Amino acid sequence: MPSLKLSERSPERDRRGAEPLLIVRGLTVRFPVGRAGFWGNRRLFVHAVDDVSFEIFRGETLGLVGETGSGKTTTGRAILRRVPIAAGTITFKGNDITHVDGDNLRHLRRDMQLVFQDPYASLNPRMKVLDLVGEPLVVHGVVRRIREARDRVRELLELVGLPADAVDRYPHAFSGGQRQRIGIARALALEPDFIVCDEPVSALDVSIRAQVVNLLQNLQDRLGLTYLFIAHDLSVVRHISHRIAVMYAGKVVEIADRDEIYENPKHPYTQALLSAVPIPDPALQRTRRRQILRGEIPNPVDPPPGCRFHTRCPIAEDRCRTDPPPLEPKRPEHLAACWLT
Amino acid sequence: MSGEVTPAWKHLLEVEHLEVRFFTRRGEAQAVRDVSFTIDRGETLGLVGESGSGKSVTSLAVLGLIQLPGKITGGDVRWKGRSLLGQGGERYARSIRGKELAVVFQDPMTSLNPLFPIGTQIGEVLRYHMGMSKSQARTRTLELLDLVGISNPAQRIHQYPHEFSGGMRQRMLIAMALACEPELLIADEPTTALDVTIQAQILELLAELQERLEVAVLLISHDLGVVAQVCHRIAVMYAGKIVESGPAEEVFPRPGHPYTMGLMRSTPRLDLIQARLVGIDGAPPDLVRPPAGCPFHPRCPLAVEECLEEMPPLEAHGGGREVACWRAFTEAVGAEPGAGSTRG
Ligand SMILES: Nc1ncnc2c1ncn2[C@@H]1O[C@H](COP(=O)(O)OP(=O)(O)OP(=O)(O)O)[C@@H](O)[C@H]1O
Ligand SMILES: Nc1ncnc2c1ncn2[C@@H]1O[C@H](COP(=O)(O)OP(=O)(O)OP(=O)(O)O)[C@@H](O)[C@H]1O
Ligand SMILES: [Mg+2]
Ligand SMILES: [Mg+2]
Repeated sequence: MPSLKLSERSPERDRRGAEPLLIVRGLTVRFPVGRAGFWGNRRLFVHAVDDVSFEIFRGETLGLVGETGSGKTTTGRAILRRVPIAAGTITFKGNDITHVDGDNLRHLRRDMQLVFQDPYASLNPRMKVLDLVGEPLVVHGVVRRIREARDRVRELLELVGLPADAVDRYPHAFSGGQRQRIGIARALALEPDFIVCDEPVSALDVSIRAQVVNLLQNLQDRLGLTYLFIAHDLSVVRHISHRIAVMYAGKVVEIADRDEIYENPKHPYTQALLSAVPIPDPALQRTRRRQILRGEIPNPVDPPPGCRFHTRCPIAEDRCRTDPPPLEPKRPEHLAACWLT
Repeated sequence: MSGEVTPAWKHLLEVEHLEVRFFTRRGEAQAVRDVSFTIDRGETLGLVGESGSGKSVTSLAVLGLIQLPGKITGGDVRWKGRSLLGQGGERYARSIRGKELAVVFQDPMTSLNPLFPIGTQIGEVLRYHMGMSKSQARTRTLELLDLVGISNPAQRIHQYPHEFSGGMRQRMLIAMALACEPELLIADEPTTALDVTIQAQILELLAELQERLEVAVLLISHDLGVVAQVCHRIAVMYAGKIVESGPAEEVFPRPGHPYTMGLMRSTPRLDLIQARLVGIDGAPPDLVRPPAGCPFHPRCPLAVEECLEEMPPLEAHGGGREVACWRAFTEAVGAEPGAGSTRG
């Protein structure tokens, strides 16, 4: 049997000059949602993700923020090859994985894992923790039978801060934060390099959320993990991310280092988003300039032409209504898609 | 609603030693324990605390809407000096609920009837509670929708709830709650289901309405930021008890209870870089078997023997502040100095 010891990798986040772990170029995902037109001859699509590009370096956390329906989850699922990709390429560790299938896809799945938002819905209530956490080991043939995974599962549970004797219990015996730890242990079972964390702490209470955020950071340091961290809570994203990408209506509108984006937001949407986040400090809140956006997110079936944000943008001009702005450098290592900044 | 005579009552709403229990198969859950607070005219009180701490149950008790297996087992709720509990109280409660005392819940879909156009629903409230004629109600409905920032109200009144976005539905509910010119609006997590830019719209709307209409607000939220933005005073709940209360401007920069301190340190802030969050170990207690002494002691970094034995009372600390802790205002050893405090 192969050694199941967790390898402790260097916590270095080697960025500049290094080859990114993941490169996404022009990623486009559409979901068919029916037909329109007199004969039903026009097919309708949700333009969930449209021409999205970014990269993630080894050992770093890229935060992906944006409002409901902006395409965050779909981006994460496309990278994990769980939704059909209409256009674009995904390169992981130097290999084009956009269309891999069969054994290669199976192999890829070991290296890329997913942690979900809802610790209640994502764990099968009839499975013991041993089965929940050990299942990927059986599926991927690391062990032949689940009981051979027992030691490894205990090790994983300890790693995520659960008692080793949790192996024989069912998920209902655990609190929300503990269930999220079980989900993380499961994601770590195959020693992945890359984890998509999709709103992993959104369902948790403040004090428990802090525990899980700390755990994710500690695991990254110890194991050299790379995260795509999806969340709508900008305070959490600022705390955990090294770089941040902001999505709006299927597009990445801005991407930069986390301090840079918070101190020098270039896109009017990012600016509005940041100013809308409440800060637990009444004195500061009174003096803060808040920019309230009018209106709602556009219909993804029929997104507005030009810049998708122009319908809510306080500074939009004619050009914004017709020509989509490219995502381009505005400052060093700081990209934004806006004609006017 | 007149200010001519000095009222015989001191506070608009008084909650005194309120106790609510749920009689479940597992035993009696002590959802609300010895909770006391007041709300004055035009004031905003924020009730914060984590899931299960008793915020919603407290507000339901105030509204007289606790249902079996729940029961108010002690204490009193007074509206303008008159009790809302007991036999006579229940009739009094019915007469003010939806009029002087209005409510907005978290999920607009469950509070709106999907089968009727929005205009009909608001009109109904106006005709039933305010005795308006059909045409009066229509005019007032248009005014209300305009007040909460819905454009084109004349068209919108014919639309059904599902034709609106979450933020617009929340506005409708607020319009409906305001229909009878209430004196107190209870808002239970009114923005929790909404995106942050829509949340900002609704919070702005609440603050604006409050200023213009001088309505008092009881705002329930687990989000410290939301409460900091709109509330004059806050009360922090833990395991069915209020553990700290006071003016928001005092409590946030200098929390007195270790639980409030823990909450602040657990909350990442947009305006600060924290290397690591200092969370709170453990999880809230089972309310069927709450720990003896202070309910927070099993998770408290400051706990001493006294805390295991005796529940500390809410004690005044000057400036309208109250803290229920034997070691109030003690900084935890080993905690980052000032980690939870602000620099505002
Ligand atoms: N399987 C699907 N079929 C049809 N439309 C879909 C599907 N999955 C997602 N969508 C649509 O794609 C768009 C992007 O959805 P996505 O779930 O990626 O957004 P998100 O940013 O993760 O939002 P949230 O913050 O609500 O999780 C939305 O308009 C959504 O309705
Ligand atoms: N219908 C019920 N049956 C049994 N127990 C209940 C019921 N409703 C509430 N409780 C008990 O009352 C406690 C307080 O619940 P409450 O809904 O007030 O919490 P909350 O502070 O509003 O939490 P949240 O932030 O999740 O809304 C719960 O922990 C639960 O034990
Ligand atoms: Mg999502
Ligand atoms: Mg509640």
